[in-house]
Amino acid sequence: MTAGNLPVLTPADFTTDQEVRWCPGCGDYAVLTAVRRVFASLPHRREDHVVVSGIGCAARFPYYLETYGMHTIHGRAPAFATGVKLSRPDLHVTLISGDGDLLSIGGNQTIHMMRRNVDVTVLLCNNRIYGLTKGQTSPTSELGMQTKSTPGGSVDAPINPLALALGAGCTFVARSIDVDVKHLSGMITHGADHRGTAFIEIYQDCNIFNHGVWFYASQKETRPDHIVELHHGRPLLFGRENQRAIALRHGRLVEVDASADDVLLHDERSLGLAWLLAGMKSPDLPEPIGILYREPDRPTCEDLVHARIRAARPASQDAVGGATSDALVPDAAGCRALFAEGATWSVEPEPRRS
Amino acid sequence: MDRLVIRFCGDSGDGMQLAGGQFSLQSAILGNDIATFPDFPAEIRAPRGSTFGVSAFQVQFAATDVLTPGDQVHVLVAMNPAGLKTNLDDVEPRGVIIVNDDEFNRVNLRRCGYPDDYDPRDDPALRMRYQFFPVSMSRLTREALAESGLGARDMDRCRNMFALGVVSFLYDRPLEPVIRWIEASFGGKRGRPELAEANVRVLRAGFHFAETAEIMPPRVTVAPAPRQPGRYRQISGNEALAIGLVTAAHKAGAGLFYAGYPITPASDLLHALARLPHLGVITFQAEDEISAVCAAIGASFTGKIAVTGSSGPGITLKSEAIGLAVMYELPLVIVDVQRAGPSTGMPTKMEQADLLLAMFGRAAESPVAVIAAAGPADCFDMAIEAVRLAVHGMCPVMLLSDAGVANGAEPWRIPDPADIAPIPVVHPGPRAADAPPFKPYARDPESLARPWAVPGTPGLEHRLGGLEKQDISGAVSYDPDNHDRMVRLRAEKISRLATRLPPVEVTGPATGDVLLLGWGGTYGTIHTAGEVLRAEGHAVATAHLRHLNPFPLNLESVLRSYARVIVPEVNQGQLALLLRARFLIDVESVTETRGRMFTIESLVNRVRGAGIRSTPDRSRTP
Ligand code: SF4
Repeated sequence: MTAGNLPVLTPADFTTDQEVRWCPGCGDYAVLTAVRRVFASLPHRREDHVVVSGIGCAARFPYYLETYGMHTIHGRAPAFATGVKLSRPDLHVTLISGDGDLLSIGGNQTIHMMRRNVDVTVLLCNNRIYGLTKGQTSPTSELGMQTKSTPGGSVDAPINPLALALGAGCTFVARSIDVDVKHLSGMITHGADHRGTAFIEIYQDCNIFNHGVWFYASQKETRPDHIVELHHGRPLLFGRENQRAIALRHGRLVEVDASADDVLLHDERSLGLAWLLAGMKSPDLPEPIGILYREPDRPTCEDLVHARIRAARPASQDAVGGATSDALVPDAAGCRALFAEGATWSVEPEPRRS
Repeated sequence: MDRLVIRFCGDSGDGMQLAGGQFSLQSAILGNDIATFPDFPAEIRAPRGSTFGVSAFQVQFAATDVLTPGDQVHVLVAMNPAGLKTNLDDVEPRGVIIVNDDEFNRVNLRRCGYPDDYDPRDDPALRMRYQFFPVSMSRLTREALAESGLGARDMDRCRNMFALGVVSFLYDRPLEPVIRWIEASFGGKRGRPELAEANVRVLRAGFHFAETAEIMPPRVTVAPAPRQPGRYRQISGNEALAIGLVTAAHKAGAGLFYAGYPITPASDLLHALARLPHLGVITFQAEDEISAVCAAIGASFTGKIAVTGSSGPGITLKSEAIGLAVMYELPLVIVDVQRAGPSTGMPTKMEQADLLLAMFGRAAESPVAVIAAAGPADCFDMAIEAVRLAVHGMCPVMLLSDAGVANGAEPWRIPDPADIAPIPVVHPGPRAADAPPFKPYARDPESLARPWAVPGTPGLEHRLGGLEKQDISGAVSYDPDNHDRMVRLRAEKISRLATRLPPVEVTGPATGDVLLLGWGGTYGTIHTAGEVLRAEGHAVATAHLRHLNPFPLNLESVLRSYARVIVPEVNQGQLALLLRARFLIDVESVTETRGRMFTIESLVNRVRGAGIRSTPDRSRTP
């Protein structure tokens, strides 16, 4: 992270000369707007941002953001991001990709980045479909969904991204909605401020292959009954007039009247509550958006790696930092000592021969 | 005597690798040249006494240069019947066989499949053929430790030191280096001084037993080999790779990032580098092979010397990401410590059958540089070479080693890092706001390398991606002409590395009947076979390739200087295929895939008899 005289940046400073090529009406446009806005407001220099993505519609993000970027291979963005962050902890790394990329082909990479707590902000654009390959079921598609690859209906139950993140030990787990740019920008900002893996599931509309799949959550008419906004320390209220609420009774979350005296207060530091919230599913219960869980104090992977290096480095080798000088260059004395490890022997210029 | 080959064998739990390793070190310190061949099963503890659980360690030590661990064993130390049974055939006629007599009981004989009425020690045919020296190593070890208070299990674990003591006397090796090693391993951190004491006591007991027992073979000494003056140590291929990579990072003025996933026989590279945080080395044990290579590419993007390593099965998993590195045009070193395959194959056994995988094992036209280490110590030089080429060409470099090179050891003259040429690294600096736009795919006119701009540099923000790049600007492009140009540029960039390569050197006549051409870990065997043949009066030359893509510029003229080019390989003719395709020269392929190096003798025989020449035609390959 950099400090000091930061230039004032605007969303336009993060706009590349590339024409944005998503379909008209794609939810990714709104996400792009939010990301540019948030980047302009963050305390980082533009050149200190690295945006990493995998493969898919959402994975085109780096091309549209005037930062350092890597559009990588299918599912592996978390591994690239980990390599960047371990090498240069001072860089601000954002990972943007889709549900097929991060939860299907890249499931392993995703969970391991989370368990390591690499300081990366992850935006998972969940449209519950494969868009770029033209509409096959994704790991978040509903059971029974009919697509070209599942003409008889999908037989695979969907993955719950929030529960997966919690299970993998992610230290920041949140959810937002593409069209709610204000809420989304808030979540991305909190995620960017979080030290550790910040995972944000974004309900994203695919206008072509799965249009309207999130309308219950995103449209003015239906949202109040299907979404509960989480605020740390505040009651879980929903409904047009905040007349409904969530309570915990007999070990289960239930819908109650807002006047009930056991309405749950949100506690983003409670992992147990986060698990319950992650399981809330419409139409039985409203679905939570906001920060489900936040654990700000766990050291990041790169913290641990570099602390170990600092502890082992001779004092003369302290970090010099910077973009082009590497603080971790092995020195000649270190090489010499390494060469001569273990048993060594000398051959004299005139060998004794018997 | 000017050379001797000794092999220790026993159960995988018998400590044979350790005894062999220490014997090699004693010999190296004495000034002998050495070459070792550890041969162990993939199973950590196979059933006791079984033939497939036998672990062996062979070392050749000599008063002259040796390049191989030796064909025939002069002295076999067998700690149990299974060890004897599986290794007997490699012992030369009249060779010395020292067995642990106490282990030749009915149960153990049966375990390794001998019939009930048979004991190899009593077999008249074997007694005629070899010199047997039975020693009650188990009993003598326990007797030496009678006062120690150790349990039977701990006592028995010292038997390998008894065997080492015996051969230390017979071949005049000093005990001090072993004692120092024992004290360092059991003293200090692990804090079991009683075990250190026991091991030293048994080592000495074995030494004194051999000195006083008149039943033993006569004492033999092997004089030191003449060597270039300097400081030496023993080094294995994987150690040399690790040290070479660190040195390369030092010479490049960059940090080293190594990502790997545990796999035999490459894991030791990860282990060796993980010990070096004090040198700024970052190691990353990834969740899988794919993640390892991807993390390395991420590290390379930020300016690290980025390396991933594995063996064949892991390399195939990395293919897609290596293709991406070809597209990114970032430096990346991929180490492939080859093993016998396909699939899981024989994980601990040697083979050099990933050459075509390294060359072509990716989607579409994705050329990379390919180089191979010729032996354990050469791994140091080739690790530096890999980094040098990767940085110079902004490209992935495949560095091939193999299980034999990785685990084998030889003396290594310790260099001075100051004598190693720097590896120039240029990262373009900040760009002013009013300067023309940064062009991430503009190329150096000579090397064709693109600029290595790293994050954090103001004004050089750019996006890398797997999508085809517009030449110079690096923008996404589907233009047909541009794609054709970029495909050719990426290939040309790799071929231009050839101008930086040393020429192939030939040993023996510069023109003549036969050239024996090899690559990788077969260097010692082929070179020695050439010496044998020349000594017999054949006009045979040998040459060895360390650069396989691109080939050295003089290779074709070298090949055309001989009537026959014979290419021995521990695969089914992969280099031969490349040479034929590239030069339209009818090279003869000699192949063997037995999970180990071919012997000098078998190679010499094949070359001697023109009648047994073989070709890449599989049906005619013996
Ligand atoms: S296919 Fe769907 S997700 Fe992809 S760009 Fe079009 S609308 Fe967006």
